[in-house]
Amino acid sequence: MDYLLTEEQQMIKETAREITEKKVIPMRAELDERNAFPTEILQDMAKADLFGIFVPEEYGGFGGGCLDIVLALEEMARGCVGVATSYAANALGIFPVLISGSKEQKEKYLPDIAQGKRWAAFGLTESNAGSDASGIQTTAVLDGDEWVLNGTKQWITNGGEAQVYTIIAMTDPSKGPRGATMFVVEDGDPGFSYGKKEDKMGIRASATRELIMQDCRIPKDRMIGRRGTGFITVMKTLDISRPGIASLGLGLGQAALDEAVTYAKQRVQFGKPIIAFQAMQHMLADMAIQVEAARALIYAAAKHIDNNPKNMSKASSMCKVFATDMAMKVTTDAVQVLGGYGYMKEYPVEKMMRDAKILQIYEGTNQIQRNVIGQELNKEYS
Amino acid sequence: MKIVVCIKQVPDAKDVRLDPETNTLAREGVESIMNPFDRHALEEAVRIKEEHGGEVVALSMGPPQAETVLREAISCGADRGVLVSDRGFAGADTWATSYTLGNAVQTLGEFDMVLCGKQAIDGDTAQVGPGLATQLRVPFVTCVQKIRTIEGKSLDLERMMDDGYDVVRLPIPCLLTVVKDINEPRTPSLKGKMKAKKAEITVLSAADIGAKPDCIGLAGSPTRVVNVFSPPPRGDRTVFTGSAEEQVDQLVEQLGKYI
Ligand SMILES: Cc1cc2nc3c(=O)[nH]c(=O)nc-3n(C[C@H](O)[C@H](O)[C@H](O)COP(=O)(O)OP(=O)(O)OC[C@H]3O[C@@H](n4cnc5c(N)ncnc54)[C@H](O)[C@@H]3O)c2cc1C
Repeated sequence: MDYLLTEEQQMIKETAREITEKKVIPMRAELDERNAFPTEILQDMAKADLFGIFVPEEYGGFGGGCLDIVLALEEMARGCVGVATSYAANALGIFPVLISGSKEQKEKYLPDIAQGKRWAAFGLTESNAGSDASGIQTTAVLDGDEWVLNGTKQWITNGGEAQVYTIIAMTDPSKGPRGATMFVVEDGDPGFSYGKKEDKMGIRASATRELIMQDCRIPKDRMIGRRGTGFITVMKTLDISRPGIASLGLGLGQAALDEAVTYAKQRVQFGKPIIAFQAMQHMLADMAIQVEAARALIYAAAKHIDNNPKNMSKASSMCKVFATDMAMKVTTDAVQVLGGYGYMKEYPVEKMMRDAKILQIYEGTNQIQRNVIGQELNKEYS
Repeated sequence: MKIVVCIKQVPDAKDVRLDPETNTLAREGVESIMNPFDRHALEEAVRIKEEHGGEVVALSMGPPQAETVLREAISCGADRGVLVSDRGFAGADTWATSYTLGNAVQTLGEFDMVLCGKQAIDGDTAQVGPGLATQLRVPFVTCVQKIRTIEGKSLDLERMMDDGYDVVRLPIPCLLTVVKDINEPRTPSLKGKMKAKKAEITVLSAADIGAKPDCIGLAGSPTRVVNVFSPPPRGDRTVFTGSAEEQVDQLVEQLGKYI
């Protein structure tokens, strides 16, 4: 379907697609097998200016919005959700600076991010604080001109690979969620190190690692926004980043559909290509409906968000849930269409199905998204 | 460093067929692309500019629609595009093309380097690079696989040979033709694409570059195509596999059939 994208948006799609086809698809099986971080591919993306999409023009980027990122991520995810996750986590990691950072912080970090000279990561989750983010135990205490951070963040995408980390810590534990503040921690800061690197079911090209802060000292001016506004920044960040995760589901679903239809036209059983069987056709039709519906919802949500409305949580959560549940279903069905071949690593749908699962979990599980939507409905109808 | 890169728009080789009736290339419906070797020349020029500063000018001789390859060149890092286009250029052979490009380069003013692809995939002659160098009266090296160093007005490079490579030093200004091994061309960047969309392509006519009418196009071309034909297919070939010993055994067995 034609979504009447602007010429610039077409260029973003084309550029992301070209890198996906030339660099990502030929490498994805190996990256998956070796659990290897796609440094070179990300550098190629940077050279093609893809890291600048969401950075304002005054800091050397394109000043694009949510829809622009979503379009790039959709194309990347058609190739590999692991690679695309590394890109998405970079955006997620720098959004707090974009949303709540000072002018000095923006000047310091954004031009480097736009050029891909430095990568970012977002540190919220801890061993005892997953869905319930308010349970974080990392602390930050002001000591003269420095903040001293203590605690461990877990499962941080781009951990160990990024140079810039936005991290939330309790500055006033007695105030509960209003006592949390965000900071920028840089690779090489004293007391900052990396822990365990995870061995995962899917998105194996992405790095997921522990961040350890042991009396980690950072200058005072690394605080993002005002003291106590950490969770507000986190919520705003996730509102604009979730359509990106939705788009990973969209690109993945589209790729699985492409594989399934191509295969169904070639595979002959009972003397006919299997696409001639109505049961197969209906399955493919349902996959196509789901993919297109997800696309329409994501683009609409992204445009809504780009319009800077007062409340964007519901739209953001709705597209995240719909598109990622779709991706799980469609990739599972794609494996079914390919039968035993689909279960083998020789065909890409096996990896696609493994990669799909994470999308229902990270950046807020789909249960949590439904909670958000439910709470919003409750408010709307009061 | 001012570098001129010569770029030709060619039919996509994947689609090329010979019209069996007329023995000419059937170009209808065939997509036009940037000559693949020229893409490597352009990439090398852009890399030199990135390291040493300067300007990269993409130059093409061709019909008005050749403008698209110049825009593409800008999206890949060229600073500007110049198209020499004139009805009088039609039918040019490699001599007339070299003459025309030579006049165009001189019209653009002083330069440090001219980079060309080794050959164009449609004509496959590999003559225009050397021809152009001769017109410009600068030294040239063909089939460059690597530029080692650029220091002041001197250039060290590797020329690909069948059995290895030569290391050559030559002065600037000069002309090089490059092979594909020299680099891996980049994907056009977003900023490049936006710039290319807005760029003004300079178009120069035969008069603008001071070309003599009897030196351009068909009239200026000493080459005459007497006959074009498809070469007969080669005979059957067998490729032996396995260890050297096994291969020799197979060869001896095959030869035995002829003794
Ligand atoms: C590969 C990977 C990458 C990640 N990258 C990052 C990152 O870059 N930065 C970062 O900060 N975090 C990251 N995370 C963490 C991720 O966001 C969390 O895993 C996620 O928020 C869920 O938390 P949890 O795993 O602790 O699950 P839990 O919160 O323990 O949830 C377990 C189950 O209980 C359900 N549940 C919990 N509470 C409720 C409720 N109130 N109502 C209904 N159901 C509920 C959940 O939906 C889930 O099904 C990553 C995780 C993974 C696996």
